[in-house]
Amino acid sequence: MDDGYLSQYLSLFDEFDVAAAFWVNIQLTFFAGVLALVGGTILAIMRISPVPSLRWAGSTYVTLLRNTPLTIIIVFCVLGLWGQLGITLSTNFQTNFFRLAVVGLAAYHAAFVCEALRSGVNTVPVGQAEAARAIGLGFWPAARLVILPQAFRGSIAPLGNVLIALTKNSTVAAAGSVAEASGLMRTMIEFRPDVSLAIFLTFAAGFTVIVVPIGLATTALSRRLAVAR
Amino acid sequence: MGEPLVVLRDVDKHFGPLHVLQHIDLTVHRGEVVVIIGPSGSGKSTLCRTINRLETIDSGTITVDGKELPEEGRELARLRADVGMVFQSFNLFAHRTVLDNVTLGPIKAKGVKSSVAKARARELLDRVGVGDQAAKLPAQLSGGQQQRVAIARALAMDPKVMLFDEPTSALDPEMINEVLDVMVGLAREGMTMLVVTHEMGFARSAAHRVVFMDGGQIVEEADPDTFFTAPTSNRARDFLSKILTH
Repeated sequence: MDDGYLSQYLSLFDEFDVAAAFWVNIQLTFFAGVLALVGGTILAIMRISPVPSLRWAGSTYVTLLRNTPLTIIIVFCVLGLWGQLGITLSTNFQTNFFRLAVVGLAAYHAAFVCEALRSGVNTVPVGQAEAARAIGLGFWPAARLVILPQAFRGSIAPLGNVLIALTKNSTVAAAGSVAEASGLMRTMIEFRPDVSLAIFLTFAAGFTVIVVPIGLATTALSRRLAVAR
Repeated sequence: MGEPLVVLRDVDKHFGPLHVLQHIDLTVHRGEVVVIIGPSGSGKSTLCRTINRLETIDSGTITVDGKELPEEGRELARLRADVGMVFQSFNLFAHRTVLDNVTLGPIKAKGVKSSVAKARARELLDRVGVGDQAAKLPAQLSGGQQQRVAIARALAMDPKVMLFDEPTSALDPEMINEVLDVMVGLAREGMTMLVVTHEMGFARSAAHRVVFMDGGQIVEEADPDTFFTAPTSNRARDFLSKILTH
């Protein structure tokens, strides 16, 4: 790699705002992650509830969303929710696409959050639920005070895996016309084929820098919060 | 002995093809200590668990203090609050401190004020001899200490009756007595108790009545002296000969 190649490469960063594109992915991940956590928790509660219709609804949702390719869900959010049904989440064109993509990412990953939490629920011995019921707690207080706190702590590692997948899957938002990192990468390679390999490696490294700390943090967290039995 | 508090009438239960409870009639009176003994698989634990509906029954009736066990829901939760339960495996809430374990029920199920619940919890923990462990997590305690906390947790609800489902079976031998001592103390104070156990010493000294179960049936019931010295049924004699020879 001679001096010429390096300066060619560095000139990319004057031409394109790479950091801003990655920032979009981080925002997508954050907002979709929060929504998916809330949605996934509700789904998990439905799936462990004593009400058969709720259990059915929860498992149907999970089966459907988990087995649909994310690209289709994102495209549906844009072309279906907005294009066909006219659902607008913002008057700003770009913000609207961003929010629709967040909805799609959250809807998809909520199914995986649900399953991660359910695996966490399975780490809670049945005796914990029996003891909660025996002191007069109903289903909801028992779930909120006894089962779910332990389930969350037992499912931090799988939840971390969902978050890692979500981070990388945020690139699929490009299919929903959101200007994010992978979209910028395609543009850059198109306009600067002279350094295409370096461009590719830059984005690969960028995602690694975002994802590796998530993995390290969730592993450390799951060790620290593990429920001693 | 007081009026009937827990009454089982013609209770039947199946686990698949297994008829685990067969036409069970049993009455526990207020202030009475009833010990259920019998070989494993005889249905004694299941019987104990039907009384607060941790196990459902197929037919028959169970009443606690005159009220029949309601279906799952708010009414049942209220009834369970009146029936204390101590499990073989303690089942303390693993993510909560010892003090929280004892106050959770009163605060969340009964609406007792936090300060009142805490004061009462400390009193109960002192009484079962683990007052100095209040801030610890269950896993930091020995089995015997955990089981005593579990007893305190049940007592904190001011139950009308206490159910003990093999409370010492998961304990190392040197810890069994510290739990039995607490139970004997409770019995002396007039607590209504139904105890499933293999501790014959406890049955002899604390029980008003011994119920012997085998194969899902109540085979024999008598006061402890009569039962241990002159059992009438062959199955009880056989069972006693097996456990009392060593």
